[in-house]
Amino acid sequence: MAHIPEGVLTAPVLIGGGLASVGLLAVALRRLDYDHLPRAAVLSAALFVSSLISVPLGPTSVHLLLNGFMGLLLGWTAVPAILVALALQAAFFGFGGPLVLGVNTLNMALPALVCAWVLAPALGRVRPARRVWIGFAAGFLGVMLTGGLVAATLALSGEPFRPAAQVLLLTYPPLALVEGLVTATIVGFLQRVAPELLSTGARSHV
Amino acid sequence: MTATPIPHLAGSGWIVARDPRLRVGAALAFALITVGLDHPGSTAAALGLALGLALAAGLKTRDLARRLLALEGFMLILVLTLPFTTPGASWFELGSLSASTAGRDLALMILLKANAVVLALMALVGTLEPVALGQALGRLGVPDKLTHLLLMTIRQIHLIHAEFVRLRQAMRARAFVPRTDRHTWRAYGWLMGMLLVRSLARAERLMDAMRCRGFRGRLYRLDTPHWQPGDTLAALGLMTLLGALAWLDHGLGLPGV
Repeated sequence: MAHIPEGVLTAPVLIGGGLASVGLLAVALRRLDYDHLPRAAVLSAALFVSSLISVPLGPTSVHLLLNGFMGLLLGWTAVPAILVALALQAAFFGFGGPLVLGVNTLNMALPALVCAWVLAPALGRVRPARRVWIGFAAGFLGVMLTGGLVAATLALSGEPFRPAAQVLLLTYPPLALVEGLVTATIVGFLQRVAPELLSTGARSHV
Repeated sequence: MTATPIPHLAGSGWIVARDPRLRVGAALAFALITVGLDHPGSTAAALGLALGLALAAGLKTRDLARRLLALEGFMLILVLTLPFTTPGASWFELGSLSASTAGRDLALMILLKANAVVLALMALVGTLEPVALGQALGRLGVPDKLTHLLLMTIRQIHLIHAEFVRLRQAMRARAFVPRTDRHTWRAYGWLMGMLLVRSLARAERLMDAMRCRGFRGRLYRLDTPHWQPGDTLAALGLMTLLGALAWLDHGLGLPGV
């Protein structure tokens, strides 16, 4: 439910979101050099495949967003990685559309950047056993912030959309909880198997 | 879970033979015009045009239905709330709630627009090979680094998905059934962690192999696009149809119609 379909938002919201995304993208691309492209591509592909896994939740199943975790691992590179994933999902899965791509990217990339700025530096500071909690925070925060932004863009499109935005907001906390738990497990796993991944992740984008 | 990570829509016929750049541009133009429409009548015509495109591209109804269903969850919330929250002349009363005709029209138009854009996108772009899409975007002026990232990601998605299928099969062989519990979340967390670790080892090998082949930070696109007379014809035809759509919408707005 993080993908807003085409035709819902008003022109100012679409244009504003698009411009903000282009701005973030310009900064991110300038910081990304060609030498790091393969690593970025492989990570974004791994996260794309992971987000296809449907995780059962009560009677339904959910897909993870993993944007908080992307921010943790990729830093600024999460912005183009998220854009690529969303463009592929729009073109081949029918999620979102070409004009809302900017808004959808912004809604997922901004939380990723918040995680990169707030949580990634903490990875290097806390005791290794505590890193699991940072993983949980990244997963939880990523989904909750995205939910807040989706609801906000919807509410900005006009008064009649406010109740729908509120209903939508209610669906996010359970997702955030599952995402936090899974992300915490991923971080715990990496801590045991490849701790260098977390420490380079903590250093590369400050 | 589908067999391939990026499902390929098998299309056929005249649209599928058109230049990828034209198809990407046409999808964008269609979305721009459709989203800008102001009347249910013209929006329904846009949906009709999109259906026509989907039929012309030879898409199977089952594939289309699955993709359209993907957006109906979001739509359901909007369609159920909008008639009651939009002020205007009363349509019907439900207890103390009053639904307005303006809200009904707004919900209807959003439903029509979203479905029309997804249909047109599937017909024009969804039938492209993902790599062809990346190359077309590159030729349409998308920054080089971004198209590089897109093309490499597409390739890696296939490889990593193969790895995922292998790991998942190993879990199934050990009688793993996903449920709503700690055990499932932990197993999936480890699965995703393992995917990451293996794919990063792959990234190292990939970078080494590319350096061996003289990679100096640039990939060269190897496609040679051919713009054919049919492409010009298709572009003109679509422009006429989209123009007619905009004209119809304008005409519906005039008083006395």
